[in-house]
Amino acid sequence: MIDEDFTKSLLDKHSYLTQRESIDWFTVECPGSELVSFVKAMRDDEGFELLIDLTAIDHGEGAECRFSTVIHLYSLVHRGYVRIHSLCLDNDKPSMPSVSDVYPAANWHERETFDMFGIHFSDHPNLKRILMWDEYPHFPLRKEFPLAGIDTPLPAADVVEVTKASVEPAPMMGGPFVSSNSGPISDSEPRAKDESWTERKEKPL
Amino acid sequence: MTANDVAYNGKVEGDVIVTRADAVINWIRQHSVWPMPMGLACCAIELMASAASRYDISRFGMEVMRFSPRQSDCMIVAGTVTYKMAEVVRRIYDQMGDPKWVVAMGACASTGGMYRSYAVMQGVDNIVPVDVYVSGCPPRPEALLDAMMKLQDKIGNESSVRNLRKKKSVASG
Repeated sequence: MIDEDFTKSLLDKHSYLTQRESIDWFTVECPGSELVSFVKAMRDDEGFELLIDLTAIDHGEGAECRFSTVIHLYSLVHRGYVRIHSLCLDNDKPSMPSVSDVYPAANWHERETFDMFGIHFSDHPNLKRILMWDEYPHFPLRKEFPLAGIDTPLPAADVVEVTKASVEPAPMMGGPFVSSNSGPISDSEPRAKDESWTERKEKPL
Repeated sequence: MTANDVAYNGKVEGDVIVTRADAVINWIRQHSVWPMPMGLACCAIELMASAASRYDISRFGMEVMRFSPRQSDCMIVAGTVTYKMAEVVRRIYDQMGDPKWVVAMGACASTGGMYRSYAVMQGVDNIVPVDVYVSGCPPRPEALLDAMMKLQDKIGNESSVRNLRKKKSVASG
C-alpha cells in the first residue's frame, strides 16, 4: 500500500523532494539533478520494479518553466504507482538526465519524448527520433505545432523528384473534434468549433 | 454444330483462332494478377481474410501474394500511409516490373481517412498512380474482391500492344 507512512518516510529520506498536488496517485516533484539517483533508490530500496510510462508536458509558451517530464513507477510490492515530475529549467534547450541506465524500458520512451517534445536526455545511449524521420525539423506535440502539420520536404530526394510530394498540412474538415467541457452544450460541443477548411478554402486566421 | 454453340469448336475452326493481340494479352494479364500485399494497418487483416478460404481470392487468379515486388503485378496498399512510409511504398512500386497496377484499399490509403494529422499522407495517390480506390474502414473482403474485378475490367480495356512500344509515364504529384 502506498499510504501516508510510506510517503512521509520517502519525503524524509530524500530532502530534495516536494509533494505535488494530485487527484489520484502520490506525486513528487524531483529536481532534474537528483532524478537518476532518486529513481535508482526507488528501484533498489523501495521496490518499484516497473517503469510504466515516461513522457513530458508542454505547459505552453508563456509558462515560466515550459517543459517537464513525468515518470510513472509501479511497485508489485506496494501495488501502487508513484509519479515523479521534474521541471526542465531551460526553456529553449530543455534537457533532462536519462534514466535508461536504471530502467532499460525508458530507452524508447525517452526517444519518443525527444521526438515529440524536443527534450534532450543527456547520457542517453541512442537519442534519435523514433516515430518521425531523422531530418524532420519540428516537434509535433509542442503547443505551437498545429495538428494539421507544417509544410516540410520529404526525406528521400529521388522519390520527391519523381512524385513532387511533400508534407502538406492536412485538411481539417469539421475538426479538430475536441470538446471544451465548459459552458452550454451548444458552445462546448465539437461541432460549434468547426474549422472547416479544405485545399480550396483557406483556413481562417 | 448447332446454332447456339458458342464455344470454340476445333473441327469447324480448323485449330486456328483469329483474334486481336490486345484481347489475348489482356485476357492473360487479367487472370493472373499477382498482388503485392502492401499491408500497413488493419486493412491488411481484411486483405488476409480475402485470401483465405471463405472469400478465396484465388477464384480470380490472385492467390499468389508475392512479397517480392519483382514478381508481382498489382500493389494493394492496405492501410495508413505515413509520410515516413511513403518513401518505402514508392520504392517498392518502382521495383515492380511493368505492367503494374495499384489498388488503394480503404479510407486511409485513398485519402488519409480519419488521420487528419501531421504524420499521415493524405492519400497514397500523392506518390503512386492509383487504378482503383476502395471505400470502407476497413473494406469488407467482398469490397476488395469487387475492386479487383473492376481492376480486371480495366486491364481488359488497356491498349497493351501500344503500351509495349511507348514508355509508361510515371506518376506526378
